[in-house]
Amino acid sequence: MIRLQINGKEQEVDIPADMPLLWVLRDVLGMTGTKFGCGIAQCGACTVHVDGNAVRSCLLSVGAVGARAITTIEAVGSTPAGAKVQKAWLDLEVVQCGYCQSGQIMSAAALLASTPHPDDSDIDAAMAGNICRCGTYVRIRAAIKKAAAEA
Amino acid sequence: MLQTAAAAGGGLLLGFYVPLAGAVPSNTQLPGDAGPFAPNAFIRINRQGKVTIICPQVEMGQGVYTALCMILAEELDADFDQVTVEAAPPSDALYGNPVFGIQATGNSNSVRAFWTKLRQAGAGARGVLVKAAAAQWKVDPGTCSTATGEVIHTPSGRKLSYGALADAAAKLYPGEIPPLKNPKDFKLIGKSLKRLDTPDKVNGKALYGIDMLPEGVKFATLAASPVFGGKVGQVDGRAAKAVPGVRQVVVLDDLVAVVGDHMWAAKQGLDALVVSWNEGANASVDSAQIRKDIKAASEQEGAVAKKRGDATKALKDGDPIEAHFELPLLAHAPMEPINCTAHVRADGCDIWVGTQVAARTQAAVAKITGLPLQKIAVHNQLLGGGFGRRLDVDGIEKTVRIAQKVDGPVKVVWTREEDIQHDFYRPIYYDRITATLKDGRIDGWKHRVTGSSIMARWFPLGFQHGVDGDGVDSAVDEPYDIPNFQVEFVRHEPPAVPTGFWRGVGPNNNVFAIECFIDELARKAGKDPLDFRLAMLGKVPRLKAVLELAARRAQWSEPLPPRVGRGIAAQVAFASFIATIAEVEVDDAGEVRVRRITSAVDTGIAVNPDTIIAQLQGGLIFGLTAALYGEITINKGRVEQGNFNDYRMLRIDQAPAIDVHLVKSGEAPGGIGETGTTAAPPALRNAIYAATGIALRKLPIDREVLAGRKPA
Repeated sequence: MIRLQINGKEQEVDIPADMPLLWVLRDVLGMTGTKFGCGIAQCGACTVHVDGNAVRSCLLSVGAVGARAITTIEAVGSTPAGAKVQKAWLDLEVVQCGYCQSGQIMSAAALLASTPHPDDSDIDAAMAGNICRCGTYVRIRAAIKKAAAEA
Repeated sequence: MLQTAAAAGGGLLLGFYVPLAGAVPSNTQLPGDAGPFAPNAFIRINRQGKVTIICPQVEMGQGVYTALCMILAEELDADFDQVTVEAAPPSDALYGNPVFGIQATGNSNSVRAFWTKLRQAGAGARGVLVKAAAAQWKVDPGTCSTATGEVIHTPSGRKLSYGALADAAAKLYPGEIPPLKNPKDFKLIGKSLKRLDTPDKVNGKALYGIDMLPEGVKFATLAASPVFGGKVGQVDGRAAKAVPGVRQVVVLDDLVAVVGDHMWAAKQGLDALVVSWNEGANASVDSAQIRKDIKAASEQEGAVAKKRGDATKALKDGDPIEAHFELPLLAHAPMEPINCTAHVRADGCDIWVGTQVAARTQAAVAKITGLPLQKIAVHNQLLGGGFGRRLDVDGIEKTVRIAQKVDGPVKVVWTREEDIQHDFYRPIYYDRITATLKDGRIDGWKHRVTGSSIMARWFPLGFQHGVDGDGVDSAVDEPYDIPNFQVEFVRHEPPAVPTGFWRGVGPNNNVFAIECFIDELARKAGKDPLDFRLAMLGKVPRLKAVLELAARRAQWSEPLPPRVGRGIAAQVAFASFIATIAEVEVDDAGEVRVRRITSAVDTGIAVNPDTIIAQLQGGLIFGLTAALYGEITINKGRVEQGNFNDYRMLRIDQAPAIDVHLVKSGEAPGGIGETGTTAAPPALRNAIYAATGIALRKLPIDREVLAGRKPA
């Protein structure tokens, strides 16, 4: 049995310790907001927070997470940065197909939590690991700036 | 004319006759959540006034759920806050795309195709609601009007909500469809309304095919032969079955799959599976051969697709300038990898998937299982990107064949590697264009397109007399005023490699070849590329206007530093008129940085302007990605790329600023989902041409050539 702290709740799961967090969330716990895109940490669709840092859950084994706090897209709205990001995403209609957006929002929320007023190069550095095939980058950049400008 | 059928919810469904909609077959599944008032296949209104619109077209990011609902709600005079949207079940008859005659979302035509039909559907329903209210008030329906979900008796000011009228309206047959609104009276169309699908896409609640978890579902992943067309040889499943969580190994003639308690078990099981493949005849195919073959094919005469004047004579009499252009194979790589969940039983089957072709899915499953259509439920979901990939049902077919061997529901998810290596690829194209100039204008033009006929495989009606209608789209109707003109098509299928529709379809190739060549001709004529084009656009004022606008906004005439250039792409594609100007910088190492893209667009009546701008922004990035990086190569019959490390995507740190200018227009709506994609590559290439003087004729751009280490 492995104990995980997910969105403020302890979850006990009977799975191998080398299993990536992504599949525990999606296939064992049924939390499908976190997406599978590439499996090799190249696209960022699976981004979650571990102790507030954006990490790719497709390569992160649950054994390595231990008791650290995991936050997913389902709960990021209850963090101040996450709520601001989600609102800016809606205000600017960032989303198209939406499949990558859980990961984009998680990366953006982690960025704003650590760097409340990011400049373009901060945004590039924090967001370049997240691919959007629909090409919503122009609006992602604008929405991060908008979220940062919210008091 | 009316057709009736019992609705699944027990209510009555009335579908008025619309050409191509046909009769409502008795086996059609109808969506649930039906209110009592269901005047046609697209509308349900319940007693609380909630309007459910059954959207015939699928949502894959292009905003069509919102745009089509706006069109219908406009004529219904619905309260848009009360509108919810539901995916249509499979039915060519009820939900067939009026352009194709089958249920399909593609070719950027959802708004164009359903514009009249959905307006009529809304107006017809409004007519019945008015009739019901008038009957209740015992007044002349002509004295009633409608607004935001209510019927109003104008003289007395009395009002009845659509919800309150739902039961009464359900008992009335729709009469004639009332006159459609004058566009000047539109209240919703033309406004940048919030998308209906966005809220759930920012909080993890939105469900795509890959998110389906029916009770008792197992998880599987598969491998087809690495060589196209290969078959399974020997399989040793012992190590795979020993992986914790693995439940089953499925071996079919052309693929193997491992089923487990979760994707991790399935994937580890597949890695542990020992498989030998009978590679077959394609094991020696490689990209060099594919390129050589298509070039050879392009030397033969093609089937004539369009002709005016005498191009042969004009080329003979003048001083012909010739160029050829090559486009590579491309994978779609939607962010949601191919997947499907199926539960096949002796007496029926459930399919959960995101597909661009729901009815075709149902038919394909029927063929495999032998089940009648009405026993196959297709639960269509949001698509995590389509781009044409989900116009093919191969992933669904494979899933069903696996599911036939599995007890209970099974979700088959392709790895990204499988997704990239077993696609239906954007065809390789080889274009030859020859032209002559006279007095600074084009006099003769011969354009021979050589490539795959996707239509011949996918929609045979679209391949007639040797011409693929999609393959020559935007070539036969190029906008320039050229007196002696001929377009030919040579069908040439690359050996081994399956080809399919890819965002931008035929215009992708043709707009690229034409716009690149136009720039070369402008240079030969000693003209500015903008002036050269404008002088030949007299018959296409809408394109001329957007080209002038884009040039102004991009400051076309402003000087630029060395190795920085601007390039134009002008196009009429998908019934939209778009001019795009890219500004790029090329460094000494041949690396290209796109500084800025400016597009001006006339797409007729803009249903939801903000969505149109978003589609342009995203489409341009999609096209840039292809031009900068996109190429699938084949070696020993296998695709060499496998994931985003070697099949690169443009990322935010490389994305340019993009300015889109939408022109107000009263013309019928055009298509928009693919137009940015077709515009970006030629604009980029022409900007590189301006910056360096190097006329690239092949994509993706070759940095070795731009660095001067290799000849063009």
